[in-house]
Amino acid sequence: MMTKYHKYVVFKLMFIVACIIAMVIVMGYAATIGSANYSAWDVYRDIWYHFVDPGQNNPKMDHVIFDIRLPRIMTGLVAGMSLGVAGAAMQSMMKNPLADPYTTGISSGASFGATLALGMGITVTGIGGTIGLVTTAFVFSLIPAAVIILVSSLRNTSAATMILAGIAVMYLFNAMTTLIKLSVSEQTLSAVFQWSIGDLSTVTWTSFRVILIFTVAGTAILFAMSKKLNILITGDQNSTALGLNAHQLRIALLIIISLMAASVVCFTGIIGFIGLVAPHIVRIFLGSDNRYLIPASAAFGAVLLMVSDLISRVIIAPTFLPVGVITAFIGCPMFLYLLIKQRKSMW
Amino acid sequence: MPEIRLENIEFGYDPKIPVIKGISYTLDKPEFVCIMGPNGVGKSTLIHCLNKILKPTAGIVYLDGRDVQEMKLKELASHMGYVPASSQDSFPLTVVDTVMVGLQNDFKFGTNASDLQKVYDVLKLMKVEHLAMKNFNELSAGQHQKVMLARGLVRTPEIVLLDEPTSNLDIKHQIQVTKTLSELPRTKGMMVIMISHDINITAKYADRIILISDGKVFADGSPLEVLTKENIREVYDVDADVLEIDGRPHIILNDAIDDE
Repeated sequence: MMTKYHKYVVFKLMFIVACIIAMVIVMGYAATIGSANYSAWDVYRDIWYHFVDPGQNNPKMDHVIFDIRLPRIMTGLVAGMSLGVAGAAMQSMMKNPLADPYTTGISSGASFGATLALGMGITVTGIGGTIGLVTTAFVFSLIPAAVIILVSSLRNTSAATMILAGIAVMYLFNAMTTLIKLSVSEQTLSAVFQWSIGDLSTVTWTSFRVILIFTVAGTAILFAMSKKLNILITGDQNSTALGLNAHQLRIALLIIISLMAASVVCFTGIIGFIGLVAPHIVRIFLGSDNRYLIPASAAFGAVLLMVSDLISRVIIAPTFLPVGVITAFIGCPMFLYLLIKQRKSMW
Repeated sequence: MPEIRLENIEFGYDPKIPVIKGISYTLDKPEFVCIMGPNGVGKSTLIHCLNKILKPTAGIVYLDGRDVQEMKLKELASHMGYVPASSQDSFPLTVVDTVMVGLQNDFKFGTNASDLQKVYDVLKLMKVEHLAMKNFNELSAGQHQKVMLARGLVRTPEIVLLDEPTSNLDIKHQIQVTKTLSELPRTKGMMVIMISHDINITAKYADRIILISDGKVFADGSPLEVLTKENIREVYDVDADVLEIDGRPHIILNDAIDDE
């Protein structure tokens, strides 16, 4: 038993390493694609010298790679990580395979915030433009989670109650968003629609830095809590008997996941499917031990989003498709194929 | 061995309709205690009041003189193990990892050789070591119960609460598992508190039986003292004959008595 278990652990670690290597390769390859042709070698060399000895680099190539391509690619990388980790943690915490980072209504809150900013010019900071849009979407995306926490604090609630509360709040925000949409011009409606389907074309290094902070902090905390998540998936009664307050842990997790997902959604709009599918695909290979599931979902989510973004850039070039469309086109068949192929019952 | 003392415990999901109506007893030595009684009399509810899954609406549960409601969950868990009646596990974990969860009261991150040895020993005790690397959700209901028992016992807690742990097992495995559990007070110094419906297996192995009826303790004592023809008739509405074999009762169930 011991040998088999050790082999199983080594396999899981190798899978995580393979995902990380794939992440680095896809990142480099994605930076070669565009109107100016650079080899993967050129790209890695440019990145290396950019930090080590900037004088060695071709300024034009450095500008294309660092100012145009990498902000988008690196934001895709950290956003994919964030959505993958948040999805894995949300599914474990809710004990529900259908859960994703948006389960608690984050997307509907963010949509309302964005619609408010784009459609009515109302922002939480009082300033317009991208900063106003992003901050308003961020603040409103957290309101549904705050409502759920408030409802949960009134009495100890189950995971199912939290999901239902999230759905109720989501409907409310969707209704308010629709109300605003009915009163705005076609041009504004188009901008709201564009925002809502998820896109990486408008991101900058600032977006990357903000998402990176939330992703690194959130992933580190969730990784540290992974054994507690393992206890939580055995049920609330068992968790209590093992010394864990399931209710308090769920609220703490909800706050972390909400902040991670909100930091992504406010810059990129609603990129669906990554948070749902990445953890499930990883689970098919590694099982549900959150000690391995969380880091693997981070790397796999990053790969999935970067590949989707790459395809969205080249499939009908020079026009870009919103990445949210591609994530569904890639993720769905891949997921269905793996579900059909795998012999073990998973859920 | 810590002492568990219940003083006038009452509990009702609706406070106006109590399920438990003033239960008091004391357990203070390593023994195999079986809680029996018809469906819906509050057996599981009573166990859940012991380990803080539920809070009694009245009365106090003391563990070594301390109110368990005042104790931190982690501290209480270090004394008490628990095996629920059915699995709520929702995602696939291997049997090893599922049992390992039972060790995680100290929330260590890694898996060391000593942890793995503990898991292997308890799986062997339950005779399911061959399932070690299978996914928990691929097992039969009976195998689930054995793995959940392993998870509850892996830390060798001083007290372990078992909610119908053999309900999905065939008769051979019911006897095997109950016999193993009955030996734990002698071999490991544990207090084993088990809810059971199988009257003859309980009669054969229990050190003490607490018979619950209508939310109250109806009888408390050795199997011979508790499982009498009159008590079975009164509590279960069942006509039975009770024989004594090797100092233990053996019950022959004749018929259910009609409600009218």
